[in-house]
Amino acid sequence: MGARSIIGMLVGAIGLLAWFSTLERFRAFMPVLLHGAETTLRITAIASVLAFAFAIIAALARLYGLLPIRWLARVYIEMFRGTSLLVQLFWLYFVLPEFGMSLAPFTVAVLALSLNTGAYGAEVVRAAIEAVPSGQWEASTAVNMTRTQALRRIILPQALILMIPPWGNLFIELLKATALVSLITIPDLTFRALELNSITLKTIDIFTLVLLIYLTISLMLTIIMRGLEGAASRGLARGRVH
Amino acid sequence: MLWEWSYALEVLPPLLRAAAITVEATLLSFAIAASLGLALAVLRMLGPMFAWPLSIFIEFVRSTPLLIQMFFLYFVLPQFGVTLDGLTVGVLTIGVHYATFCAEVYRTGLENIPRGQWEAAVALNLGVFTTFKDVILPQAIPPVVPALGNYLIGIFKATPLLSVVAVLELMGTAKILGSESYRYVEPITLVGLFFLIMSLVSATAIRAVERMLNRRTVG
Repeated sequence: MGARSIIGMLVGAIGLLAWFSTLERFRAFMPVLLHGAETTLRITAIASVLAFAFAIIAALARLYGLLPIRWLARVYIEMFRGTSLLVQLFWLYFVLPEFGMSLAPFTVAVLALSLNTGAYGAEVVRAAIEAVPSGQWEASTAVNMTRTQALRRIILPQALILMIPPWGNLFIELLKATALVSLITIPDLTFRALELNSITLKTIDIFTLVLLIYLTISLMLTIIMRGLEGAASRGLARGRVH
Repeated sequence: MLWEWSYALEVLPPLLRAAAITVEATLLSFAIAASLGLALAVLRMLGPMFAWPLSIFIEFVRSTPLLIQMFFLYFVLPQFGVTLDGLTVGVLTIGVHYATFCAEVYRTGLENIPRGQWEAAVALNLGVFTTFKDVILPQAIPPVVPALGNYLIGIFKATPLLSVVAVLELMGTAKILGSESYRYVEPITLVGLFFLIMSLVSATAIRAVERMLNRRTVG
């Protein structure tokens, strides 16, 4: 969708939410749900940062590591891309304690989400690094840079711009995936909704609000990432030289 | 000993039976996603009257969590007098959710058809239906099959969500087995292994299909 339609939809979603919160029918639910949304946002934010770090590390290890490290990175990537997030979440939640590692549910949630997204992100990072024209490497060698210098100063900055759009998609997937953490008792937006639902049985009202809140956050994320993309590619020499 | 082989072997048969449900749900959901996705993509091309509402619908479904959509339908449909079992609701939700992703895949396929094909169809006085059926779709679909295959794997990995609407697929069965014996290590690890193996096998199969399709279009 075009940027204008996205903004239009966001305005519509926020408008609906604002209107609903003035209605008697929905008013009581709003504070509880917004409280849950705060947890959802916090988990999304922490897991996004960690996922990005995991992705960069795994991609670099896979591309330039020593053979055993390269192999380890591949195992990590294939394992977390090949299995379901819910299985990973339950594995960390139920199985890890039996190995003597009892983590708080919040830690498990953030860890599972970031490891999962990091594995998908590693492939994004790798693709972006490989998409930087090889002439950039050659030019770096020509000006006597070491490989590490070239990677850090020349290749990665260009790859970072290329990977913004796919990361936008991954962050939205991550946001949507946070709904799963309600199943390991994290009081996020979904958890609060299920709780309210079991108390009041006003299913349609509650879930309409919840869907609108998730929609609002998703669209905001999309707009932020589009803005970042625009800002990052400004001044980039593309096409005709003046 | 953390891993008990005897217990692992004991839980294997029920898990394999549950795996059949997982596979069944995957295939049914994919059938819905692939056909509904195509319908969405084609309808979207038929003019702004369809394009606007469909774009909003697609963006909405893509931007909200599958889990919430599943709960919503599971709890709300009965209030309208539609009582469906968990498997049906779950398969429908996954199907519709991934249909919006498949619609985007088909769209790229459709957009890559050269303009001349449409013009030739008009010149030959073909109707809209015939144009799509005999000219456009046979060229648009084969190139996007690998991308659709990736969503087949995506759907496969989404099926554990069915356990929240009381479907005894792999994950749900593993959790029940675990809670009966207080041993989660074996069941959940086996489920993870099953997913890993199936995903790797399907990914290899998709790459093979991709190679086959490329050979056909090049040669």
